[in-house]
Amino acid sequence: MTGFETVAGVPSATTATGNTTTSTVDGVGTSPLRPDGTLKVAGEFAFASDLWMDDMLWGVTLRSPHPHARITGIDLTQALKLPGVFAVLTHEDVPGEKHFGLEHQDQPVLAIDRVRYQGEPIALVAADHPETARRAAQRIKVDYEVLAPIVDAELALRPETPRLHEGGNLVRHVRVRTGEENPTADVVVSGAFEVGMQDQAFLGPEAGLAVPDGEGGIDLWVATQWLHVDQRQVCAALGLPPEQVRLRLSGVGGAFGGREDLSMHVHGCLLAQRTGKPVKMVYNREESFFGHVHRHPARMHYEYGADRSGKLAYARATIHLDGGAYASSTPAVVGNAGTMGLGPYDIPNIQIDCFGAYTNNPPCGAMRGFGSVQTAFAVEATMDLLAAELGLDPVELRARNGFREGSRAPTGQLIDAPAPVAELVEKLRALPLPDERPDAHDLRHLPGGVANTTHGEGVRRGVGYAVAYKNVAFSEGFDDFSTARVRVSIAGGQPVVTVHTAAAEVGQGLVTVEQQICRTELGIDRVVVAPQDTSVGSAGSSSASRQTYVTGGAVKAASESVRRLLLTSAATRLGRRRDDLQLAPGGVVLDGSGTVAITLADLLGDDHVEDTVEWRHRPTHPIDPETGQGDAHVQYAFAAHRAVVDVDVELGLVKVVELACVQDVGRAMHPQAVVGQIQGGSAQGLGLALMEEIQVVGGRITNPSFTDYLIPTILDVPPMPIEVLEYADPHAPYGLRGVGEAPTISSGPAVAAAVRAATGLPLSRVPIRPGDITGTG
Amino acid sequence: MEFLRPDGLPDVLEARAAHPGALPLMGGTDVMVALNFDRRRPDALLDLTRAPELTAWDHVDGMVRLGAGVTYSRVIDELATELPGLAIASRTVGSPQIRNRGTVGGNLGAASPAGDSHPALLAGFAEVELASRDGVRRVPVDEFFTGVKQHAGRGDELVTAVWIRPATGPQQFSKIGTRNAMVIAVTSFGLALHPDREQVGTGLGSAAPTPRRARDAEEFLGAELDWSARRDIRDSVAAEFARLVATAASPIDDVRGTAAYRRHALAVMARRCLSWAWAEHQGRRH
Repeated sequence: MTGFETVAGVPSATTATGNTTTSTVDGVGTSPLRPDGTLKVAGEFAFASDLWMDDMLWGVTLRSPHPHARITGIDLTQALKLPGVFAVLTHEDVPGEKHFGLEHQDQPVLAIDRVRYQGEPIALVAADHPETARRAAQRIKVDYEVLAPIVDAELALRPETPRLHEGGNLVRHVRVRTGEENPTADVVVSGAFEVGMQDQAFLGPEAGLAVPDGEGGIDLWVATQWLHVDQRQVCAALGLPPEQVRLRLSGVGGAFGGREDLSMHVHGCLLAQRTGKPVKMVYNREESFFGHVHRHPARMHYEYGADRSGKLAYARATIHLDGGAYASSTPAVVGNAGTMGLGPYDIPNIQIDCFGAYTNNPPCGAMRGFGSVQTAFAVEATMDLLAAELGLDPVELRARNGFREGSRAPTGQLIDAPAPVAELVEKLRALPLPDERPDAHDLRHLPGGVANTTHGEGVRRGVGYAVAYKNVAFSEGFDDFSTARVRVSIAGGQPVVTVHTAAAEVGQGLVTVEQQICRTELGIDRVVVAPQDTSVGSAGSSSASRQTYVTGGAVKAASESVRRLLLTSAATRLGRRRDDLQLAPGGVVLDGSGTVAITLADLLGDDHVEDTVEWRHRPTHPIDPETGQGDAHVQYAFAAHRAVVDVDVELGLVKVVELACVQDVGRAMHPQAVVGQIQGGSAQGLGLALMEEIQVVGGRITNPSFTDYLIPTILDVPPMPIEVLEYADPHAPYGLRGVGEAPTISSGPAVAAAVRAATGLPLSRVPIRPGDITGTG
Repeated sequence: MEFLRPDGLPDVLEARAAHPGALPLMGGTDVMVALNFDRRRPDALLDLTRAPELTAWDHVDGMVRLGAGVTYSRVIDELATELPGLAIASRTVGSPQIRNRGTVGGNLGAASPAGDSHPALLAGFAEVELASRDGVRRVPVDEFFTGVKQHAGRGDELVTAVWIRPATGPQQFSKIGTRNAMVIAVTSFGLALHPDREQVGTGLGSAAPTPRRARDAEEFLGAELDWSARRDIRDSVAAEFARLVATAASPIDDVRGTAAYRRHALAVMARRCLSWAWAEHQGRRH
């Protein structure tokens, strides 16, 4: 499927500390099989929707049909009368805090007197059969006084607009100012851009099983991205201490940000606590569209000025993000869009205003790319306008202005690691272009595919480029740590490592990377990844491209500690100095002459060595509220794409012919998984450019299904030549950079640019619909 | 919910008469979605898979009698020469898995304005066979569709087959979707040239409350085409044909597209399908 894939670049500049041992088998930099790979391919992996206990009940959620209404009455009588129903709950049954939220505690566990979006949970039912539970939910009588919904983020911020929350409709405003107040330039371009609401479209719906322990506490198996932030919120809502609320990761079928917020967690626990029975909840596909946050839709106005040589002089941007009914992670998304909203380019004079607003639209929060996806569409389109105005090649303009090591971000932060923007785009330009028309008689190569809409008529080719940069890990002073417990013991006469974290494996392959790090650091091939749960400290979220960096860093640190403990133990046993010994592959301790001094099997016997390490990346800092200045981010990831498309300009149908990517990953910990992340991220970005949109009319979702929310199929995803660069970040473990998000950011803008090139149309809104190209939108 | 599993067509028709509330189930590609999403809760399901009469096709009286339970995959594999328009349309249905399960008869039973087989059946002047315990009748397909997801069959009748004359001339089908596979038609168009009777057949999908023919376009083009000398079609004729096709539509704005786009796309598809079909009639590659 793919063209060529290479992993090239310079070796990692980092050196491990202490007595380094390297395992030659399946360690860092190789591509071993995933521990869960065979089960997943064979269809035998247990996802959260497969959870089962023989005496369990089924929970369902009654949701609001209205985007905005007052609740004037709830009558549960008829629901409770239905045989098989065990409990029907409303907000009155929430024993603890009645509101939750990732950053602002603004969202009711169950609606209290008012609903602010279509699909807001109002009541819960537990019954002995899911159909019974659904029927009972339909019998709950809710009286509404329907209110006019506020569905426009800019209108929501006007003073005369009614307030959806006590503090008003502004969730956050980020203001960035550098340089002159009224800069001028020889050449000025501007444009207004819009990005529709994308969905994570993970295949495994929200699901979990809550099991009461008979002593007032509860165990919750759930598909999530961040066990500990869930635990904090569940504890608050249940009014229970953490030791009584134990979360365990169930099989996660994709996440992409959509599982950072709570879904069924508190609801399932409330029903289990009330009934004293295990309660399973699983959303169907339609409910899933109402059961998690989406990517913020954006409206953006951009203006860039440059001198005649193409050197950027200034940039102005106003960005409105629609946060929907509740805050979720809108403040952080606004932070990203605000501080990184001008692209990876050196610009001396900057004015950015980025707003996140409450509306009655579906709540929006985390999704892969997190604020940078939206702004990249505006940035890269504006750069192309500038290139056209200057008569410059779009690659040349980007190469001349791109960040380098030593550049200053809009926040004033020094970029103190490689930032090879010019190299990324120049490498892309140097790649050969695909054939003009590979096989005109195979409809699969044409826009429309086998739907037989063209045999070449109306087809025009276009090429487009885009660059992405993205902060890795959490920013703006967040205490962003991970915890890893590593143990070495002997099983069957051989050493085995057990690594235990709470880091969510959501399909990205973190469990494989944890194994690789243990192998490399301890020289022991057998590594067992313990089930992820809250009995070990927080790992933070599986988001922000951060887990390989942060949990990888914690596993590395814990492995190093265990290595020291093993050598100390060996030194004591053998009566030698620790520094004279080293741990070698195969589970042996060598002395200074390279002779085996003792095997780990002999050293440990039935004993084990273990340590738990809480690991932090270097600290970040808040930004100044007036100027946006501050060292807000840990690390940046860089990627760039070149898209080649064929557009049927008469029908508005697009075939992406090729989507090439060059990305700097610092160190390819698992080269095959790196390429997989780039392919997946590129496909997700392509989807937003051409088809993926939750359509919302008057606050209501009109396409909550995979029939009408379209994601790319194998006939939409083209060959992807991928080149992976490894310029080590000296601050990061192994020199690595987070991989997952950057390709999602640049692929869509590259596709959009290519469609503009093919059609000659401005196409300022994504997804680009056929009607936008044919002028019949 | 009761699950009726009669053996053979006579027992199926008995069950159909005895259980008017029973929902017929063949490939399940529509019915199971409706059940899973709680959109339908019929009293009973009537399993048609044990009636082998439904899954056969044959030549009868110079026509193809296509059993209602023949899958799209089989239409593609076995009937591409005789029913080229229907085969092209079948290739655009869903995924390989859906094509292995879904049937033309099921498409007719659901009678969706977006059904992929309908434009080709309309253009091919097909007839729908309706059977009940009391007898068998045939309805021209353009009289079969009576409203959105409604058809001319009575409650005790079942769609048992489709009758279509094997192609005597080129047939084409085009379908618009906003991705390159697995998509419900935004709008679609079927064209059949019938040189033996110097007639043109058309079918429009997702363009009106029911699938429909563009009769004015058919008559206009049938009269303009130089059937025997096979001379090139003048641009003005192709343009007028396309305009008449678009005019025949009564599309709406919905989540899949606008009315304006649908009309525009129908005109483009009509012109292109005509050019491909006529090139084939002239013996040229297209």
